[in-house]
Amino acid sequence: MTHIGNPYVTGNSVTGVSQTSLEASGSTVATADATQPPPERGGPAHGWSQTGPLRRGWVRLLLGLILPGLIITVWQLNSVTGLFSAVQVPPPAAVLNAAVELIQRGELWTHIGISTQRVLLGFTFGAALGLAIGSLVGLSRIADALLAPTIGALRAVPSLAWVPLLILWMKIGEDSKITLILIGAFFPVFTTVYLALRHVDRNLVEAGRAFGLKGFKLLTTVQLPAVIPSVFSGLRLGLAQAWLFLVAAELIASSLGLGYLLSDSQNNGRVDRIFLAIILLAIIGKTTDALLGIAEKWAVRRWA
Amino acid sequence: MTVLASPQSTTAPTKQALNVTFAGLGRSFGAASDRRTVLRDINFEVHAGEVLAILGPSGCGKSTLLRAAAGLDSLNAGSVLIDGTEVHGIDERCAVAFQEPRLLPWHTLQANVAIGLPKASSASVGKAKVAELLQLVELASFAKHRPREVSGGMAQRASLARALARNPGVLLLDEPFGALDALTRIKMQDLLLDIHRAQPTTVLLVTHDVDEALQLADRIIVLGTDGNLPGATITEVLTVPGDRPRDRNAADLGRMRSSLLASLGVTGH
Repeated sequence: MTHIGNPYVTGNSVTGVSQTSLEASGSTVATADATQPPPERGGPAHGWSQTGPLRRGWVRLLLGLILPGLIITVWQLNSVTGLFSAVQVPPPAAVLNAAVELIQRGELWTHIGISTQRVLLGFTFGAALGLAIGSLVGLSRIADALLAPTIGALRAVPSLAWVPLLILWMKIGEDSKITLILIGAFFPVFTTVYLALRHVDRNLVEAGRAFGLKGFKLLTTVQLPAVIPSVFSGLRLGLAQAWLFLVAAELIASSLGLGYLLSDSQNNGRVDRIFLAIILLAIIGKTTDALLGIAEKWAVRRWA
Repeated sequence: MTVLASPQSTTAPTKQALNVTFAGLGRSFGAASDRRTVLRDINFEVHAGEVLAILGPSGCGKSTLLRAAAGLDSLNAGSVLIDGTEVHGIDERCAVAFQEPRLLPWHTLQANVAIGLPKASSASVGKAKVAELLQLVELASFAKHRPREVSGGMAQRASLARALARNPGVLLLDEPFGALDALTRIKMQDLLLDIHRAQPTTVLLVTHDVDEALQLADRIIVLGTDGNLPGATITEVLTVPGDRPRDRNAADLGRMRSSLLASLGVTGH
């Protein structure tokens, strides 16, 4: 949340203390050096150098692929040397064959499709709810006092503890799974929005108020745009949680989906399919996160 | 404290400029046990169209007085009247420019200035007004830039333009040039005088810079503690002679500067 209250961005002191209290306490007001030229736009918040080959996208992509490449190599070597038996670690080719087989039977896309659908639905509802309730609790002291302790306690409940209740109330079907994923996506979004809104630069909010903005208009003009970068980090955490909760939901009660593929393969002793499911979860999870990451980059450039 | 003299400025009050009255104003902070009185018994009448500088040592409550006029702060005693009606909450007739630009970093300068427009203004009128103001503060070619892409002085000019967009009857400036370098500050002071000539509104200028007050103001009030009572009040009211722009080296201004510095606790200058 380094974007908030950046003194170069807003020209404000980062103390977050209003002018009044400073004057009242008799301390000198720290003046942000407004004459200092601001850093380049879109400059990174981290201290990394902006030059060098690491800045190029394809160089980073290649470097990122080194470790997966190494893992596959060692994995392949294992099947040659036989350090672990094929029952414990099936060779890469066997996993590929499992994938081809499932595709030919028309099952793989169904598993992937239904899992992705569940995650997207649960994430969308959870994130929307997290944004709405996070805004409410972050901005209203009454709502904060009323709701924050309860929400904090609910957040402390481990995900799997909800499963028996959800199945009891909603039966084994899409509703209970999507609700579980919703719960998983809700909390990271709620927490980041709630915390970020409480730390919006008070000087900016006061300036907005001084020009007649209040209530919902103040929220949409000043407060929400100010927290958009943090909202996106909350969304990414929420999406990761959504995938986590998906597998929890599908492991326990389902007849379709990647989590079902895992538990079914465990029962049938199909280690190759277990590997396949895990690899697919990694790839799809990373892909959705990367897509959200692109949106985040755009949003940070636009609003930070 | 009685009003001592009327402004000698040639700027005739227009129908826009409004007078401001501080009536028995007092403000203290903190709970009952460690209550700290900042301002007490402020009684003063600011004439419509005049430039009033509020001088005082750091922490004496200059900004608190200004915030009271803007309706950004609640009072413990007395009231602020603008054009005869009491200020309750944020007042449409006032506009503030703060010590820092306080521009929204995700908006262009143009969009930031537009935030100052009065609620009722139509889109086309507003757009023309924003363009005109950006021209006035010499930022027309930077309309589409973001605050972080311009210098501190330019951001402060945009902040001034945003305040002017309100078409304020009273313009409240809280050390608006305090954070700028000396050269930029002089340019901004000249700009403020130009703006005041073009749109003669009542200006309340909080500053700790005696020379700035002498350059810009029709009258100067000095805040300070007086006697044994806690909290600051008006200890001096001065009428600055001469039309603006004033000669920075004039002898009578020099004497006034010495006396002002002395009353602020600085001697030997």
